[in-house]
Amino acid sequence: MQFGIFTVGDVTVDPTTGRAPSEHERIKAMLAIALKAEEVGLDVFATGEHHNPPFVPSSPTTMLGYIAARTENLILSTSTTLITTNDPVKIAEDFAMLQHIADGRVDVMMGRGNTGPVYPWFGKDIRDGIDLAVENYALLRRLWDEDVVTWKGKFRTPLQSFTSTPRPLDGVAPFVWHGSIRSPEIAEQAAYYGDGFFHNNIFWPTSHTKQMVNLYRQRYAHYGHGTPEQAIVGLGGQVFMRKNSQDAVREFRPYFDNAPVYGHGPSLEEFTSQTPLTVGSPQEVIERTLSFREYVGDYQRQLFLMDHAGLPLKTVLEQLDLLGEEVVPVLRKEFANLKPANVPDAPTHAARVAAKSAATPSAESSAKSAAPEGSSK
Amino acid sequence: MKLVVVSAGLSSPSSTRLLADRLAAATVAGVDAGVEVEVVELRDLATEIAQHFVTGFPPARLAAALDAVAAADGLIAVTPVFAASYSGLFKSFFDVIDKDALTGKPVLVAATGGTARHSLVTEHALRPLFTYLRALVLPTAVYAASEDWGEEGLAQRITRAGRELARFMAPGGTAADSDPAQDTARNTAPDVDTAAAIAPRSLHGAITSVDPADGFEVVPFAERLAALRPAE
Repeated sequence: MQFGIFTVGDVTVDPTTGRAPSEHERIKAMLAIALKAEEVGLDVFATGEHHNPPFVPSSPTTMLGYIAARTENLILSTSTTLITTNDPVKIAEDFAMLQHIADGRVDVMMGRGNTGPVYPWFGKDIRDGIDLAVENYALLRRLWDEDVVTWKGKFRTPLQSFTSTPRPLDGVAPFVWHGSIRSPEIAEQAAYYGDGFFHNNIFWPTSHTKQMVNLYRQRYAHYGHGTPEQAIVGLGGQVFMRKNSQDAVREFRPYFDNAPVYGHGPSLEEFTSQTPLTVGSPQEVIERTLSFREYVGDYQRQLFLMDHAGLPLKTVLEQLDLLGEEVVPVLRKEFANLKPANVPDAPTHAARVAAKSAATPSAESSAKSAAPEGSSK
Repeated sequence: MKLVVVSAGLSSPSSTRLLADRLAAATVAGVDAGVEVEVVELRDLATEIAQHFVTGFPPARLAAALDAVAAADGLIAVTPVFAASYSGLFKSFFDVIDKDALTGKPVLVAATGGTARHSLVTEHALRPLFTYLRALVLPTAVYAASEDWGEEGLAQRITRAGRELARFMAPGGTAADSDPAQDTARNTAPDVDTAAAIAPRSLHGAITSVDPADGFEVVPFAERLAALRPAE
């Protein structure tokens, strides 16, 4: 199982000081946080993509390229890459390039984006959101899996004998997660391709997450990629920790109360009971996180949201120390003990290259074989 | 059969609730089969409604109320008049309800106010709201000003409105059975335009329930992809 962090990249006033970081400070803080993730032994760093203030990460592969150069083990990912408003050709090229730079330590999470005005800024219409995700991803898949692509669709200019460059590292495209909070169409899409499905699991009650993941698992099996239990699932989570539970609650409360998404609404206590948000001791975080598998089954990737709502960099780095030293080692052990043998490990480039070369001698590994593409053995 | 009554009265006792109860009694009296009546008092849900706006999901009691309204065979919706229209709380409840939850559902609208000068609020405020939600808004709406409670006409209007709702709630007693293909609009899937539109009402969209018993309906992916392929 992989553990990591994902960031929205919001520039938010720290409610305890009244000060917001500059864009430059925030971007540098995100880089420091990513490097810290590697230092404390996490597996994944994922950044969001936004094209409107108060968010800074508009250019994920630029940021991830820097982090790639400064790390050895960290898997670089996104949360999410906008499959609706980005040109799929540019996504294919940017992430293949990043794969080469990072020696394969790259995967990507597709998402639609929920900010209405972003669509027209990129010449699109939010009402086409699902259709854009469907068509653009179908093209992206071909650009990665086929060397020469001739294509015509509804949303993008046609392609004649086009080769996107560079080709994916070792002939194996980045593993793809599809992220969606509330759209069953996206769970269906992930299942169809045998890709991973990521549920943000933060803002809504766990019963909703369970429903979406269950749908994905059933459809994954329907399309012949494996049993429902073998589908590749990732979850978000949101925690704030101090050694002493009461200290965590007292310190986090002003950030919660003023947080951009849910602030000025339910109380911290109401929200922690309604959603997976956990504010308390490392032990409480361990117990809550272990409980996720009770409603989504055994899963492959757990990402935590740590740097948001104006939390200062110093605090975030302290949180990562606690996560890396006290929480993740225990979770790794416990999840490994609980995981049945037939549930695949989280996908890595090396495992997928090995799986591909094991399948190749049969000379039947076309892009659309029945083999469960993307799941490592 | 199930009748749900939504009352946005704020005081206790409330004349809005009183009107709601009388309309419910008149409806029950007009239905042959057994009717289960559930009253949703929006005052009790005020905080949860506000939370839904902020978080994008309904807390448990609000989710149950939204589900009850969605599952009702008939709805009575009663609001006090505030600033020449329905109250903000009343509107907020129908802002967070799933946009398809009322499609084809018979709805009796009613309002209370301090003066008869607001009596057309049922026509200029309530009726368009429920028309937008694709409800079947009954022709008779009931408005009760303070002075109406002591006069004769109100009782007759309540009886007429209740009978009307009863007639439209009754299985096979409405326009619904005249064309089986068009039957039970509320049971059919929302049309494509409606489903594709992004609900503008909250950051994450609105849902009526976090756990519907039978889960999602899925369009097989290949169909969705094929629909986008340009004609050769």
